[in-house]
Amino acid sequence: MAENSRRDFMGKVFGGWAALGGLGVLYAAKKTWDPLPSVKAAGFTTVDLSAAEPNVLNVEKWRGKPIFILKKTPDMEKSDRDVVVGKDRFLVAIGLCTHLGCIPAYRPDKKDFLCACHGGMFDTSGDNIKPPPPSPLVIPPFKVEGTKLVLGEEGPEYKKMKEAGLIA
Amino acid sequence: MAQFEKANSLHEWLDQRLAIDTLERVLAKEYWIPKNINFLWAMGMVLAFTFGILLVSGIFLLMYYQPNVNLAFDSVNYTIMREVEFGWLWRHVHAVAASVVFLIIYIHMFTGIYYGSYKKGREMIWISGMLLFVTFSAEAFSGYMLPWGQMSYWAGMVITNLFSIGSLELNGLVEWIRGDYVPGQAFLDRFFMLHVLLLPLAILGLIGLHFGALRIPHVNNQDGEEIDFEAEAAKYKAGNKKEAKVIAFKPDFLSKDMFVLSVFLIFFFYLVFWHYSFAMDPINFDPADPMKTPPHIYPEWYFLWSYEILRPFPKDPGLVAFGIAQVIFFLIPFLDRSPNVAPASRRGKFNIWFWVMLVDVIVLTVMGKLPPEGIFSTIGLVATVVFFALWISLPFITKNEKAV
Ligand code: HEM
Ligand code: FES
Repeated sequence: MAENSRRDFMGKVFGGWAALGGLGVLYAAKKTWDPLPSVKAAGFTTVDLSAAEPNVLNVEKWRGKPIFILKKTPDMEKSDRDVVVGKDRFLVAIGLCTHLGCIPAYRPDKKDFLCACHGGMFDTSGDNIKPPPPSPLVIPPFKVEGTKLVLGEEGPEYKKMKEAGLIA
Repeated sequence: MAQFEKANSLHEWLDQRLAIDTLERVLAKEYWIPKNINFLWAMGMVLAFTFGILLVSGIFLLMYYQPNVNLAFDSVNYTIMREVEFGWLWRHVHAVAASVVFLIIYIHMFTGIYYGSYKKGREMIWISGMLLFVTFSAEAFSGYMLPWGQMSYWAGMVITNLFSIGSLELNGLVEWIRGDYVPGQAFLDRFFMLHVLLLPLAILGLIGLHFGALRIPHVNNQDGEEIDFEAEAAKYKAGNKKEAKVIAFKPDFLSKDMFVLSVFLIFFFYLVFWHYSFAMDPINFDPADPMKTPPHIYPEWYFLWSYEILRPFPKDPGLVAFGIAQVIFFLIPFLDRSPNVAPASRRGKFNIWFWVMLVDVIVLTVMGKLPPEGIFSTIGLVATVVFFALWISLPFITKNEKAV
């Protein structure tokens, strides 16, 4: 009996020790799968908006994602989500459907975005107007510098939108 | 040390050291199979063999494949397909086998459902089978990423986004799975690892578990009859093979398995040599382009039914429906409340349930391929509702089933 309980105790100590090692391995495994620092740091993108044409969609690349930049025409509805540069209003948004991440296509004649994957639609302010997408196109961190736009940096306009809960 | 006599043959020498005769007896010569079964009971062996084909063809592909976002596409479409002698053969064999294995899995599953082979001691066979199904699905998906074509990239994007779980917005989890904000080098590398090592290992282990789970309850038979295997085996061993209700796995049943397998392989190689293109999507012959989504994204045919369940709903309910559809088949041993182990044809309402379910899954598959517009959307929605209605009704229609 005494013999057995001593063995049980030893078994528990070994088991606990091994479990501790196992936890360590899990933690290392989790960290190994994290995005690398070089990926995270993948810089900032600067876009010059002075040459933009109204109702023509520009697609820039930032952190591997497409960024939609659309100069609005006067007849397009204004929105608090617009990025104002001088007297021009722009839609600036990550061009990935908020449903499952396809790139919606811009239709200049209909002035809307159609996602071919599951038929979702967005208007020129990036607001979702037909499901399944549950929310507007996401506005990436930006900073206005003259007629240029720096993507990846949080400028005062972006922070204001973020506080108002408008970025997504 | 144990006593070793001088061996008179290699066989004897091995038997002394590894007990190969005992092993063969326990695993094959005295593993008993009911006589009362049909060709559908050979599907398990067909699956095991097809897995072997996937393994061998995969090893050859592995010798030239490059898991690098800049090289992967050409290593498959140029090096393997054009330069390597018979490279095209391994690729077509691998692609066709990956597709056909799901056809056989579905037949195998619906056979199990039809004959009630998931209850009265056979629950673990069913659960290990479903684990195989889920692991095979992950294996097929990870393999689909490797050529790094347009479909690889965008299917990778859409499927990994599922893990943000709708409004929970777990973007950190999605980025963790990808190792990047979008599918990139880290993503391709880890799916390569999963496809060629971790998942095949898991599949091998699960096949072992599946076979082990069969050992005690034995396979079912066409009438769901409870056989006293010991008594029947005794008759067989006494030479009364005519009256015994069982035969030995080796050599009796194995020869039947081999016959069905041969017929299957004729069909399989016919597809490999003359009709391989169904297994390879034309859009995936364009290299991955993160700046352009193809006009239609749809998965391979075997995922279409569950994809269709995702489609008609807004994001969150769609994900919930999809999630349930992925796992609901696990629960059939517990949702079927009837103790009857019998073919569906003798089980009254369950017979209707079975055939409606089969047709419904086929309808969902067809609708999943068609564009989500007009009448197709409506049919898809109806089929989805029917799918869930069937699962909800299952406990009720089986609860008061008459004993057979
Ligand atoms: C590659 C995957 C699989 C392999 C290699 C495999 C192999 C086998 C084998 C050799 C048998 C015995 C012979 C037979 O009845 O066909 C069997 C039986 C069975 N399998 Fe699988 N199987 C696989 C996947 C599945 C799946 C996905 C399911 C469903 C969830 C499943 C459910 C069953 C059931 C219920 C039986 C018992 C049939 C009976 O008792 O009549 N298996 N499997
Ligand atoms: S990804 Fe755009 S609608 Fe589904």
